[in-house]
Amino acid sequence: MSWYIIRRVLQLIPVFIGATLLVYFLVFSLPGDPTAAICGERGCTPAVEAALREQYNLDQPFWVQYFLFIKGVLTFDLGVNFAGREIATIIAEVFPTTARLAIMALVFEAVFGILFGLIAGLRKGKIFDSTILVVSLVVIAVPIFVLGFLMQFIVGVKLGWASPTVSGAAPFNELILPAVVLGLVSFAYVLRLTRTSIIENVNADYVRTATAKGLSRRRVVTVHILRNSMIPVITFLGADLGALMGGAIVTEGIFNVNGVGNTLYRAVLNGEAPVVVAIVTVLILIFCIANLVVDLLYAWLDPRIRYA
Amino acid sequence: MPDMENTPKRVVAPKQPAYPIEHFVADAEDTPVVATDSATTDDAPRSQWSEAWRNLRRQPLFILSGILILAVIFVALFPGIFTNEPPNENCLLANSGGGPAPGHPLGFTQQGCDVLSRVVYGTQSSLMVGMFSTLGVLLIGGAIGAIAGFYGGWIDAILARLGDIFFALPLILGAIVVVQLPFFRENRSVWTLVVILVTFGWPQIARITRASVISVRNADFVTAARSLGVSRFSALLKHVIPNALAPVIVITTISLGTFIVAESTLSFLGIGLPPDVMSWGNDIFSAEPTVRTNPMPLFWPALALSLTVLSFIMLGDALRDALDPKARKR
Repeated sequence: MSWYIIRRVLQLIPVFIGATLLVYFLVFSLPGDPTAAICGERGCTPAVEAALREQYNLDQPFWVQYFLFIKGVLTFDLGVNFAGREIATIIAEVFPTTARLAIMALVFEAVFGILFGLIAGLRKGKIFDSTILVVSLVVIAVPIFVLGFLMQFIVGVKLGWASPTVSGAAPFNELILPAVVLGLVSFAYVLRLTRTSIIENVNADYVRTATAKGLSRRRVVTVHILRNSMIPVITFLGADLGALMGGAIVTEGIFNVNGVGNTLYRAVLNGEAPVVVAIVTVLILIFCIANLVVDLLYAWLDPRIRYA
Repeated sequence: MPDMENTPKRVVAPKQPAYPIEHFVADAEDTPVVATDSATTDDAPRSQWSEAWRNLRRQPLFILSGILILAVIFVALFPGIFTNEPPNENCLLANSGGGPAPGHPLGFTQQGCDVLSRVVYGTQSSLMVGMFSTLGVLLIGGAIGAIAGFYGGWIDAILARLGDIFFALPLILGAIVVVQLPFFRENRSVWTLVVILVTFGWPQIARITRASVISVRNADFVTAARSLGVSRFSALLKHVIPNALAPVIVITTISLGTFIVAESTLSFLGIGLPPDVMSWGNDIFSAEPTVRTNPMPLFWPALALSLTVLSFIMLGDALRDALDPKARKR
């Protein structure tokens, strides 16, 4: 197992370097000045431009630039944004909100997706199964921003059950509605994945054995069927954490959550390339780590993988 | 270089169901031997595709989604048939945000333009982004996945790592980063958007093609073709790919819907298609500020968008059922 962990961690490094290199290359090497937005329409004077190029290392060769950038990432020194604030400080400010939002969404989609998927899978072809399948199709098809507006309008404005926008501190109860919206599409995927997986396992030999040796239905379902059906679902949930962080851009915009997504979006609109690259790097890192955790969980659940 | 075959858990994407594919001998004309003359095609078992087609025709889901998709394509090709109103010319601010009126069944946008006409004329760009992005990922991702899966070894190792790198950037996130670059901001169009979506969308198709090709490449009929002197490359083209296509087609159909959603999401954020291109995403974006007081201009393009995406997802589901005998038996 420890060899497996070491191997997975080592495989992570080239992916992280490659992905950050890709982003860095796209942002800083394509034609166009990434710092031009700082001076607006009139453009910078040559002196200011030279100073900016020096500040963001743009006067260096590309590989030196990238090396300095990675060095900064490893020492938590991400440079400053166009207004002169430390980017690391900005991320540290908004990150907890988005982390809370994404984890709440993940918990929502995992709990309800697995529960509904389990019930639907065990009662395949019954009315609950067919209804939930249609509902999940609709949820997947309707874009998240339409769902967001709809929920905000109905639950937040008309019914008044939840606050339609989130205040600066982003307390737990105000985040429930955005988290549900954020997790809704993945909820439908988790549900369908669990259902398919349950249906595949419910007629397996070991399930019949478990029933035959007199285990209660509850124990057969929870320990034998459900645990064995969780492998594809857990893979999906892990990979989804990154997608949730990306999807948070839309959800945070709709509900006015002061999180990473909103910060990234503002940086995109203002053309603040250094901020964009820094935030995306953090997101890539989270995505890679989430995948690593999933891999390890996966190996723990399925011994065939760790001994392969 | 780690041995790819011994690390089955490299795939982090949701595990796709395995498609046990029925293999049949390639058509007589594909096999360069006279010995197959006795095997007349009439007696041969029905191919996977004609079997699938027979199944599909009986599925209400397929018929419904097929009709919807054909209708959407028809609207995109001939928008003039469905509305008499030009989308941008008769916009009167006096009509701003107005409800349904004679000749304008869906009411007016904030700018006083006819909503129906804008929804009808917006179909084209939304569909074009979806179709060309899908075509692009199918060609690039399919080729890379097929080569990686078929040749294996160091080619596979390099291509798989490349895919991992792109995969670490979720589609929307990658697109947002690239769209804002000065280079793309100055040349915004349907085509730059397609290029961006293809750049970040191909690894998914590549992974599925790779897995599917690996499951087919050692089949007996491939070995047979190789031993009859068919070159590796043409064995890949004529024997492996046609038999590995089923799961790829299913995912491709579904991803067409995903790309349409991606376009509208980017347009909704104001960084997708340029404002002068009519698309559902752009219309939703411009209706958003007044959604509390006048939700209808947002509702109609959203409905058109959702229905289109829903039909592609349903079509993918129906194809999956038809092409996967295991799913059918259940």
